[in-house]
Amino acid sequence: MANLFAPYSWLEILVFLLKGLGMTLFIALVSIALSFIFGSILGIARFSSKGPIGKLAGLYIDIVRNIPLLLFILSFRLVLPSSFLGFKIPFKPVFSAIFAMTVFTSAMVAEILRGGLNGIPKGQWEIAASQGFSFASTMIHIILPQALKKILVPMMGQFVTCIKDTSFCQVVGISELMMNATVIMGKFKYAHQVIILYALVALLYYLVNISLLSASKRIRF
Amino acid sequence: MWKKLVEYFPIFLQGFGVTIAISLLALFLTVLISFIGGLSRCSSNKFLQRLFQAYMSLFQNTPLVVQVFFLYNVLPRLGVLLTTFEVGLLGLSLYTGAFGSAIIEASLKAIPQEQIEAAFSQGFGYLQTMFLIILPQAMKIALPPMTNQAVNLIKNSSVMAMVAGGELMYRSDSWASEMAIYGPTFLITGLLYLSLCLPLSRIVQRLERRAK
Repeated sequence: MANLFAPYSWLEILVFLLKGLGMTLFIALVSIALSFIFGSILGIARFSSKGPIGKLAGLYIDIVRNIPLLLFILSFRLVLPSSFLGFKIPFKPVFSAIFAMTVFTSAMVAEILRGGLNGIPKGQWEIAASQGFSFASTMIHIILPQALKKILVPMMGQFVTCIKDTSFCQVVGISELMMNATVIMGKFKYAHQVIILYALVALLYYLVNISLLSASKRIRF
Repeated sequence: MWKKLVEYFPIFLQGFGVTIAISLLALFLTVLISFIGGLSRCSSNKFLQRLFQAYMSLFQNTPLVVQVFFLYNVLPRLGVLLTTFEVGLLGLSLYTGAFGSAIIEASLKAIPQEQIEAAFSQGFGYLQTMFLIILPQAMKIALPPMTNQAVNLIKNSSVMAMVAGGELMYRSDSWASEMAIYGPTFLITGLLYLSLCLPLSRIVQRLERRAK
């Protein structure tokens, strides 16, 4: 059992994978937080504006949702500058990856939110207006709380997808969980070593996603 | 730059063809898996129910990249030699099938139980009830989310680029780094994906609107 992971020890493997998991969670959480903000703005713009702003938001959502995330990750890594206004951007691959994931996930969040907003009966807007509520206060106090409750499940599904999708970041050389697994795998010779390694990686992703999903089931508004 | 891109465009078209081929084949397998999974989840066999619950949970909550890498790196070591196309096909079908099974299961369960009882009381057999009464209604519910999964499948086929799969994403990435022409290459690649996925997404929107 001692040399199951030769030339590494159990502990080395585990620590290395957990370090990767840390980077995975960092990229995922920052991307999720940013996407939720930008996605909400986009979704509300798409829902409430019939003019050019709504059209523009719709165009953005339609284009981004129909292109693979991998293309965004690759092109932002190569197209984005490595310095901005004379300042060098540190950890550029991580920045460009977070940027790519935010651009992609925002469109998904926007579409989910728009679906939720569409599901609220139009009559509620009219009643609120008749009671003297402005557009903004109707949205914030009446419509959004109901819509958010409705879209909790698909939104959590999207966040789980975001965590899973960080595994694409391997292509730009970020040492997240999948990348670290690949690094370790290069040193392995036997089938059972590789199988156990990937089972371990899959288990880590699985545990994170399952706990997020079961936590979301406990949320009550 | 653009001239070179036009000159080498057949390379992209070749990759585009592989993307379309693998998407169509994987879609076929996905639909097959989804029906087997969905029907098993609705059957009275406890073993089948548990088996597919485990399958769906496992494949939905782990990244496609892990699944494809597992197939790509483990199978050859066990003496099973598959081409990257076959690895991609298997990985994509199993991954999308897990989501498809959940869709078919939910659609079947959305049909009221009484309809089955009513059909039986009128002398319909199990298969007749299923094919003539339940499935046609369930398909109407399942069609928009299944089409959405087809869009996801096309986008996810880009995962094959990570195992040198020879499809559009791989061809464009390797061509771009070989020629050091990035912006225009990725723009064209994006447009090619868009030309496949956007019409499908539009169909989903129309189906959803009609369902309301």
